[in-house]
Amino acid sequence: MNLAIKDIRHNLGRFVLTTLGISLLLMVVMGMGGIYRGLVEEATLLVDCLGADLWVVQKDTRGPFAELSHIPRKLEYRVMAVPGVKSADSFISNTIQREYRGNPLRLTIQGLSWPNDRGQTLPIYSGRIIGQAHYEMLADKSSKLKIGDKIPLGKNSYTVVGLTYHMNSPAGDSMAFLTIADAQDVQFDISGEAIRTERAARINRLQSIDLGHIQPQMADRAGGMASGIPALGTSMVSAILVHVEPGYDPAAVASKIVSCWPDVSVYSREGQRELLLRGIERNRRQLGLFRILLILVSGIIMALILYTLTLDKLHDIAMLKLMGARNTVILALIMQQAQLLGILGLITARLLGEWIFPYFPRRVVLLQGDLIQLVLIVLVVSVLASLLGIAKALRVDPGEVLS
Amino acid sequence: MNGISNSIVEASGLTKRYGSGNTEVMALREVSLNVVQGEVVALLGPSGAGKTTLLTVLGLIRPPDAGKIVIDGTVVFDGCLMVDARKYRRIHLGFVFQKANLIPFLTAAENVQLAMEINDASPHAARRRAMELLDYLGVSDRADYLPAKLSGGQQQRVAVARALANRPSLILADEPTAALDSVRGRQVMELFRNVAHEQRTGVIVVTHDHRALDVFDRALEMEDGMLRTSQSLNEEIRHKKNK
Repeated sequence: MNLAIKDIRHNLGRFVLTTLGISLLLMVVMGMGGIYRGLVEEATLLVDCLGADLWVVQKDTRGPFAELSHIPRKLEYRVMAVPGVKSADSFISNTIQREYRGNPLRLTIQGLSWPNDRGQTLPIYSGRIIGQAHYEMLADKSSKLKIGDKIPLGKNSYTVVGLTYHMNSPAGDSMAFLTIADAQDVQFDISGEAIRTERAARINRLQSIDLGHIQPQMADRAGGMASGIPALGTSMVSAILVHVEPGYDPAAVASKIVSCWPDVSVYSREGQRELLLRGIERNRRQLGLFRILLILVSGIIMALILYTLTLDKLHDIAMLKLMGARNTVILALIMQQAQLLGILGLITARLLGEWIFPYFPRRVVLLQGDLIQLVLIVLVVSVLASLLGIAKALRVDPGEVLS
Repeated sequence: MNGISNSIVEASGLTKRYGSGNTEVMALREVSLNVVQGEVVALLGPSGAGKTTLLTVLGLIRPPDAGKIVIDGTVVFDGCLMVDARKYRRIHLGFVFQKANLIPFLTAAENVQLAMEINDASPHAARRRAMELLDYLGVSDRADYLPAKLSGGQQQRVAVARALANRPSLILADEPTAALDSVRGRQVMELFRNVAHEQRTGVIVVTHDHRALDVFDRALEMEDGMLRTSQSLNEEIRHKKNK
């Protein structure tokens, strides 16, 4: 005869409410862990999706995600010349915030190296990949944008032609993908007045140096588009993504690039992942601390509830002792209830989480390993939480039945 | 030590003190007692006389400070406990109290079953005997009811069934009819007598109710921790039996 189950059935309402309370706490514990996993996944998803073997970035920076990086786009052609390099594509990343339909729209813009990269490596939820060199974009569905939306960015509008899923920046912003040229336009967009002022300043700078006197015709160019004067300004990107030929060691190719051009730093895919994960290390510790505190709170609440449930049963426990019941019968009564409370709380937490987590502003990723770990923790906490009640029960004098 | 007498309980020199110094109370003073198989003994006396203390001592719930207790031929206490009290209670003793003290989350049958299951009986056998006992005590139709759904008399019958479940050598009852009306109280007392006589079980009942004295084979009286055989009460028993 299972006394724990019989007692629960008799006090079902109270047990259900208690389980619900515990499950809400455990759901938050689960959510905290899930948010951390979400952070990791968001941080590394793009690196994994793009699949580049090497990331060439500005010298001594941790770019392009952990730190700003600016390198000339023409570096792409230099890198292509290195033996073992299969492809080299420019990459741009910058975060913008605009007003769209009366709401703030925050996007992390990623430049795709058109025409090689049209977004075919991205997880497409609906729509299609980029089909033309300009004015099309892919957006993550978390941005709430829809296919066909025209988003004004800078002096142009970009039509959403496809939606990705689970593509968020390490900061949690939705990603949007444009061709590299469009991304540059967005990144370096400045007002007409600022352009005119910059062009005038450029002419002044040119005239104040020898170059202006040696090549007077450059003054005409200095007053024109920046892209027309490679000597004075060049197209900048955040990084160059390198794919290595099969059979070549990426580390050797990286060493070659660095030895050829000391103005760049090169990270392997793992190195880039490590940089990104290091960036969320503080978040991980913070969430971890919250999880520990919540587990402690859950344990204390469970202990108090179990202690109260035991107090309610002291007379029955005294009667059991008087009838000669072994301590194991009494231990089982309390401990089985504790474990049921923990396990049912966990199952309810999982079900509630399935329902609620999608509405969280940050992505919550529940991994099976984490859940198994939480089950073990809850079982241990349940046992520890029941100790207070057990200690009380074991001290009960069977003679109390007579009082 | 196994005796050859037909005594169920042989107790001698039982002493029990509560408190110390100025607050010391002598609950039992050199109490000696002998109950034979199948005998139903009434224990009477005013409140605070030590009746319940004597039951707790004989029931190995609270050991005496001194004395010797032999139950069904086994020395269970001789200056100290000679047996595992809880195990001994489980196998050899049955208890009934003023309140039925049924486990509230178990049905009537389960309450009786539990007593047997904690004594390692199989659930099936325990269920069968529980139903037999409830039938014998006239409450089998309430077997699957929770205690809260039973009347006081029905609860007390279930408590008696529970006390009988493991075929104990000795049943100790502390005012088992105090919460019942006279008719139902008498029925419970008659149950004890029938069980004692049929199963050769010793029964000691603490009671204040003189109306059912004829049910008992013998009456003992306690006062100020001392036990004595009351001639007047036994006379009353004889008188009522002969009526």
